[in-house]
Amino acid sequence: MLLLEQLLNGLQYSALLFLLASGLTLIFGIMGVINLAQGAFYMVGAFCAAYTAIASGSFWLGGLAALAGAALYGLVIETGIIRRLYNRDHLDQVLATLAVVFFTNELITLLFGRSPPAMPTPDWYNVFVEVLPGLMYPVSRMLFIGAGLLVALGMWLLINHTRLGMLIRAGADDHEMVGALGVNISRLYTLVFVFGCMLCGLAGFMAAPLLSVEIGMGEKVLITTFVVIVVGGVGSVRGALAGALLIGMVDSLGRAYIPPLLDQLLPADVSGALSGGLVSASAYIVMALVLLVRPRGLLPARA
Amino acid sequence: MKKTLNLAMLGAALASSLPALAQDPVRIGFITTLSTPAGYLGEDARDAFRLAMDQEGGKLGGVPVELVVEDDGLQPAKGKQIIDRMSLDGISLYTGVMFSNVLAAVVSGATQGDRFYISTNAAPSNLAGAQCKPNYFAASYQNDVPHEMAGVAANDLGYKKMVILAPNYQAGRDALAGFKRTFKGEVTEIYTKLNQLDFSVELARIRSLNPDAVFQFHPGGGGINFAKQYGSSGLAKSIPMVVPVFSMDERMLAATGNVAEGVNVVSGWNPQSDNPANQAFVKAFTEKYNRAPTMYAAQGYDTARLIGSALKATNGDIKNAEAFRRALRDARFDSVRGDFRFGSNQHAVIDWHLLKVQAGADGKLTEVPVKTIAKAQVDSYAAQCAL
Repeated sequence: MLLLEQLLNGLQYSALLFLLASGLTLIFGIMGVINLAQGAFYMVGAFCAAYTAIASGSFWLGGLAALAGAALYGLVIETGIIRRLYNRDHLDQVLATLAVVFFTNELITLLFGRSPPAMPTPDWYNVFVEVLPGLMYPVSRMLFIGAGLLVALGMWLLINHTRLGMLIRAGADDHEMVGALGVNISRLYTLVFVFGCMLCGLAGFMAAPLLSVEIGMGEKVLITTFVVIVVGGVGSVRGALAGALLIGMVDSLGRAYIPPLLDQLLPADVSGALSGGLVSASAYIVMALVLLVRPRGLLPARA
Repeated sequence: MKKTLNLAMLGAALASSLPALAQDPVRIGFITTLSTPAGYLGEDARDAFRLAMDQEGGKLGGVPVELVVEDDGLQPAKGKQIIDRMSLDGISLYTGVMFSNVLAAVVSGATQGDRFYISTNAAPSNLAGAQCKPNYFAASYQNDVPHEMAGVAANDLGYKKMVILAPNYQAGRDALAGFKRTFKGEVTEIYTKLNQLDFSVELARIRSLNPDAVFQFHPGGGGINFAKQYGSSGLAKSIPMVVPVFSMDERMLAATGNVAEGVNVVSGWNPQSDNPANQAFVKAFTEKYNRAPTMYAAQGYDTARLIGSALKATNGDIKNAEAFRRALRDARFDSVRGDFRFGSNQHAVIDWHLLKVQAGADGKLTEVPVKTIAKAQVDSYAAQCAL
């Protein structure tokens, strides 16, 4: 039963990672932009959600505000900054989007101050559901898993079964040709970018009641998000899903089972330090192993 | 025309330099963390320090002072740069560092020759023991003491079996070691990752281990995450928590919301303590900044007034290091933390309190004092210091 619960926990962490990584990989895969500012949109979403929910008393209105806020901010950043970076090299993109991270942190500090707000939650949010006999699991975390599944399904439908998805796929392969066919490629890019930001806003909304809504919260997840993308295969949404599942599960199960296992095998003073280190490094060890076998990631965009 | 202008300017220059001739303000270098998620720690300490200055009209102990504030961004290298620049600038009195790793980079520069460093917060064990320095004072506490006091509190509360958690880095390992030094029962240690966001896995383990109580050290955002998830996992109802104040200060409490109710908090400052200095401080801070002060603010305020007491005793002459050091050691000021003195290693010797997160008079959750855990607690390293 404990194992099952830990599997669910792993799934939930995977869902958060997927929400962040899918937007990032979409933007990279299609527009070729490395966007370090992805975490900033996540933070904007979380702050919009918390303050709207506090002001209005409505949880769902907070969610709407998170999506709208992150999308709007994404639109401003895309038209103001990112648009100028499409044809520049990756170093310029990294520098410019890093500047966006600093700028956004200061902007949020000016607007909201440094005190992290508490996101109010409705009563049903803190309820437990009996998933299986004897296994109680909180609604809050199931909501997370559900959002991850929905987004995965939605993106699959969007990319493989709509005209927009077709254009996105075509634009990723040869954007000049798509442009020559009369499609407004610049508008398509804007749309993709804003959509990626909206996914971050959704992640921010989901995270706001469970995690601390604070300045710089995006940077904390950024590195793991990049690990997910590298493991999954840069630029591929399916890869992001696979990477998120792998890293989320390895991290969660590692934290759950490495320390008790080592406690049994080794003397207490050795096992504590060793398991602590091993747990901290588990995601990177997995990344190294995956890259050793498949240098381009599990499911690269163009094999 | 030009001549009169020159004369006027000369006059103005003279007029403005006259009071300066009477007494140059003592410049205090305040290196602290203002950015990053932990920025509110430095902000609170700085604001409280400024409050003490403002209450005296820009003076401390009757001596004019000038505060030079710089943000270290929680980076030791940046702290080092700032201290180098400030000392070139002729500043010789420093304070404000929040984090031990930054302090380690700053402290040798800040105590060289006749320079003084007075800590508002971080106080690592090495500087309290064998490597204690004549010009280094910790007006806050010694890092291990809050955790040792949490162990005492857990004994007092009758807990026999506990799960203790901290991130896997120096301060986290020190926290668990400090707790184990005084706790008499049986413990299971869990190390979390530094900057870990989600604790669902650890919470499931805690539930399966079913201890009497949980001790955890996660400062800042990590502590908010932990308490939020602890509350929403339902564990808070059956397994109480004992934490040092770093894991649940007033700002973190505001961010955690109702699920923090019932958490036992161990602190060297009791926000509701009825000593007059504290009452006046809490009122003035709340009025000026429109938020409740944290322990970091209380310590920043105490540091300012400690410096004030030493400036007063030496008439602002900090160049006479011997006299200034003696005046600091005397610590003749009314601390907002009640009885205050320095131990032989120049670390604060204060009372420690157990607080509980409960609804206050206004119905909002606050940290309500339960009892005093220890009076005039001397840290575990004082005997190793040769001062």
